[in-house]
Amino acid sequence: MIENKGRPNRLGLKGWLGGGRWGFERYLYTLHRLTGLGLLAYFVLHIVITSSRALGEHAWARAMGSVTGPVFRVGEYLVFAAFAFHALNGIRLALVELGFAIGNPIEPVYPYRTSVDEQRPLAIGVMIFAAILAIVGGIGFLK
Amino acid sequence: MRDQHLWTWHIGAGAVILVLLGLHMTIMHLDTILPLAISTPQGGKPIDWLNVVERGKDVFFLVTYVLLLGAALFHGFYGLRNILFELNPGAGTKKTLNGLFLAAGFVLFAVGTWAAWAGFTVARGA
Repeated sequence: MIENKGRPNRLGLKGWLGGGRWGFERYLYTLHRLTGLGLLAYFVLHIVITSSRALGEHAWARAMGSVTGPVFRVGEYLVFAAFAFHALNGIRLALVELGFAIGNPIEPVYPYRTSVDEQRPLAIGVMIFAAILAIVGGIGFLK
Repeated sequence: MRDQHLWTWHIGAGAVILVLLGLHMTIMHLDTILPLAISTPQGGKPIDWLNVVERGKDVFFLVTYVLLLGAALFHGFYGLRNILFELNPGAGTKKTLNGLFLAAGFVLFAVGTWAAWAGFTVARGA
C-alpha cells in the first residue's frame, strides 16, 4: 500500500462499504475486504484448533468433535466460497495492478472514457469462474 | 521497510497462498468430487486421525504447512493493517497496531510451526 498523503478517508466505514457511482468493481473491492477479514478470523481459529494434532489422537478427536455439526459444515462451505472469491478476485487485482487488461493509454478527449470499461470483461469473467468454483465446491461439501 | 516493499510481499504472499491453499482445499475439502490418494490414504475422511498421521509423515506437508502459515499470516495481518490505516489513525495508534499485528503474527507462527513439527514427529513415531 502506498502511503496515503492525499485526502483522508473521512467517510470511515461508509467509505469502505459504499460503492456510490464507482460501479461493479467497487463492490468487488468491498467484498474482497469482507471475505479477507472472514478468512483471517477463520485462519486464526484454524491454527489453534488444528494444532491439537501435536498432542496426539485423543486431543485431535476432541478438537474435531468440537467443530462438527451442520452449523460448522455450512461455515466451512462459506469459508470455501470466500476463498474462491478472494483468490480469483485477488488474481484480477494483481493483473490490473501490473497493467494487464486495462487497455492502452488514450488521449483525454471529451467525452472522457474510463479504463474501468476495459477492465469489466476481466471482472465479469473472474466472477463467473469464482461462481462456478463455489458451486462445484458446494456439491463437494453436500456429499 | 517501506510500504511499497511490503505491498510487493503482500502480492507475492497472495500467489503462494493461492497455490498452497488451493492444494490444501483440494486435499482436505474437495475429496468427494476430486478424490486424490493423498486425501484419504487410509480410507474414511481426510480429517480422520489415521489420514492425518499418514500425511503428517511427509516432509512435503511439513514444509508447505509452515510456508502457507507464514504467507497467510503476513498477507492477512498486513491486509488488516491496511484497512485500519485507511481510517488515518494517529502516529501512536499506528505504532501500536504495527506492534500488535507483528506480535500476533509471530506468536501464531510459532504456535503453528510448533504444531506442524510436533505433528510430524508424532506421525513419524506412530
